[in-house]
Amino acid sequence: MKPFKNFKGIVAPLDRMDIDTDQIIPKQFLKRIERTGFGQFLFFDWRYLDDGKPNPDFVLNKDRYKDSQILLAKDNFGSGSSREHAPWSLEDYGFKVIIAPSFADIFYNNCFKNTMLPIVLSSDKTDYLFEKAFNEQIYMLDINLDEQTIKDDLGWSANFEIDQYKKKSLLEGLDDILITLQLKDKIDQFEKHYQL
Amino acid sequence: MSKHTLFDKIWEKHVVFEEPGRPTLLYVDLHLVHEVTSPQAFEGLRLNKRKIRRPELTFATMDHNVPTTDRSLPIEDPISAKQIDTLRNNCKDFGVKLFDLNSPNQGIVHVIGPELGITKPGMIIVCGDSHTSTHGAFGSLAFGIGTSEVEHVLATQCLWQDRPAVFEVRVDGSRASGVTAKDIILSIIGRIGTAGATGTVVEYRGEAIKSLTMEERMTVCNMSIEAGARAGMISPDEKTFEYLKGRPYMPKGQELNIKLDSWKTLATEQDAQFDRSISLDASKMAPQVSWGTNPGMVVGIDGRVPSPSDYSDSNLKKATENALEYMALKPGTKIEDIKLDRIFIGSCTNSRINDLIAAAKIVKGKKVSSSLKAMVVPGSQLVKLQAEKIGLDKIFKESGFEWREAGCSMCLGMNPDILQPGERCASTSNRNFEGRQGKGGRTHLVSPIMAAAAALEGHFVDIRQWDIEREL
Ligand code: SF4
Repeated sequence: MKPFKNFKGIVAPLDRMDIDTDQIIPKQFLKRIERTGFGQFLFFDWRYLDDGKPNPDFVLNKDRYKDSQILLAKDNFGSGSSREHAPWSLEDYGFKVIIAPSFADIFYNNCFKNTMLPIVLSSDKTDYLFEKAFNEQIYMLDINLDEQTIKDDLGWSANFEIDQYKKKSLLEGLDDILITLQLKDKIDQFEKHYQL
Repeated sequence: MSKHTLFDKIWEKHVVFEEPGRPTLLYVDLHLVHEVTSPQAFEGLRLNKRKIRRPELTFATMDHNVPTTDRSLPIEDPISAKQIDTLRNNCKDFGVKLFDLNSPNQGIVHVIGPELGITKPGMIIVCGDSHTSTHGAFGSLAFGIGTSEVEHVLATQCLWQDRPAVFEVRVDGSRASGVTAKDIILSIIGRIGTAGATGTVVEYRGEAIKSLTMEERMTVCNMSIEAGARAGMISPDEKTFEYLKGRPYMPKGQELNIKLDSWKTLATEQDAQFDRSISLDASKMAPQVSWGTNPGMVVGIDGRVPSPSDYSDSNLKKATENALEYMALKPGTKIEDIKLDRIFIGSCTNSRINDLIAAAKIVKGKKVSSSLKAMVVPGSQLVKLQAEKIGLDKIFKESGFEWREAGCSMCLGMNPDILQPGERCASTSNRNFEGRQGKGGRTHLVSPIMAAAAALEGHFVDIRQWDIEREL
C-alpha cells in the first residue's frame, strides 16, 4: 500500500446523513473483476441524470468542487454493505480524506486499506466546515496526519483522534498481509493446539 | 471470577497473537466467499504468488449476480457471466470447494452455510458480505469484511480486529399473532437507529428471543448490520443443536458428542456484564413497515407516515424530507393506504422454508391483486426443493406469484430482477436504500406474511386481523 502524505486540498460538502454504500457506488458497477477504474461510477445515481448527462445540481458537478480531495459528510457515512468498491471509487475519483461526525464500521476500516483517511470530527466542527465549504469561493484544508491536525486559511484549526496503529499503518503504507505472514510461527503454533 | 459472555468466550479462544497498542490477530474457522467481493482478492494472491493457507476452511458459492430464471440458458449479461466464471476458475486454481450454479446446494451464502451444517457454534466466520451476521444465530461470531480482508484471510486464515464493545439487546414478553422475527428486528432498529449499535457486537437475549426458531433467529441476526453492529449473536441452546444435527457437514457419532459438550459451555453466563444494554417488550410490537430510505425509518402497520416537523433535529428533518420525496409519500398517510406495484419474497433475511410456508398459508387459494406483480425467490436450491416437495410452488403459482431459482435476486438487483423507476415494492429483504432494488424503485421492508397479504390486497394490511395458521 502506498503511504499517506500530508496535503492541502479543496473540500466538497455533501450535506446528507446516512449516506450508504449503495449511494456511493450502485450495484450495477460491482460486476467488474478489477480493483481500479471505479471513480467514474462514484455517486452515480446522484451525479448523472436519467439521460446520462451530469446533474448540474449535484455538488461534485459544480466547477468549484471539481478538483476536491476532501469529502465532508454527515453522520453515519458509509453504512450498509461491506463492498470495498465504495472506498475504491472514492479513492479513484481523487478523495484522500473523508470528514464526518461518524462512520459505519466496515467502511471506516476499508478506508485504511486504501490509503484513505477517514476523520471523525464533532458536528459543531463539521457544521463550521459545511458553512465555509458552501460559502467560500474555494475552501481548502491542510491535513496533517503526523500531528493529527486540520487547518484552514482563515485561522481555524482542529485536532482529530485516530488509533495510533491505524495512523502508523497509513503513514508507513504497511502491508497487513506481509506483517501477518511474518507471524507465521505464531499461527503454526496456534493451529497445533487449536480445537474448535 | 467475572462471568463471561458468549462473545468473550469465542474471542479468547481465537487469539493467535496480541500485543498492546495494536489490533488482535484472530483465527478464522470458516471463510465464505461469493462472486462479487472476491475477484480482486484472488488476483492479489496471484500477483504476490501466495496460496490459500487453509482452502478446506473456505467455501464458495455464487448468489448475487445469478439469474433466477431458467438455469440451462446462458447468462445474458456478459459482465455478470465473467464474474461468475472468474469465481469458478479461482476456486479451481486455489482448491476451494464451490457450490456452483448447477449444484443442488447452491444458494445465498448465508442460507446455505447453516442449512448444510457448515456454520457451527463457537466459530469465527467471515465473508465479504455485511449480512454474515446471520450466522451469529448459531452462537458464532460472524461478520462482514472488505475485499482486502478477504485476501488477508485467504493468505493467513487470520484477521486483525479491534475488540468491539458487547451490547445486550433484550426482548421479553410474548408476541401477538402476526408479529414475526422480522418485526422484532425492525422494531429494534427503529428504536436505536441505523448507527445505534456501531462499534459493538450485539447479543440478542430474553424470552422473546429464546422462543424463536433457528430460522427466525437468523432473521434477527441477519439485520444486525442495519443497526450498525459488527455482528449479532444468540447464545446456543438445545434448539441450535437440534437444528444442526444430521446436516451434511456436521460431525457424527462420538465426534458430535464431544462437540456438543463443548458447545454447551458457550452460552453467556448468568450475571455476565455487558458494555451496554437495552430492553424491549415484544408484546407491545406491531407488524412493521418501513416508510423511508433506511431500515430505521419504520412504523407499525396501524401507524402513519411521519412528517419532517415531527423532528426537532435539523439533520433528521432533512433526512425525513429527502426520504419522503424519494418515496413519494405524504406525511400523515395511513400505512394501510399505501398501494403497491411489486411484491418480493426472498433474500437472506426471509427466504428460508418457514418463511415460504408462512407466506403460502396466507395466499393459498387466493389471487394476487391484478394491480401488481409478485415473485418468490427461494434462498437456496435446497429450500426450493423442499418447498416443491410440499407443493408450495403450486400454491404460489396458482395465486399469481412467479416462482424462481435461488439467489439474491431483487434484494439488490444485480441480476435482471429489478424495480422500474417509480415502482413501489413490499419486500422481505433488508435494505430500503435509494435505488437498492433498481434506480428510482421504492422499497418497503416487511415480513413474509405482511408481504403475502399485501400481494392479495394491493396495499398493506394489518396481518394481525388475519388467520395466519391456515392449512396448507
Ligand atoms: S440476499 Fe441481499 S443482503 Fe443477502 S447476501 Fe444477497 S444481496 Fe446481500
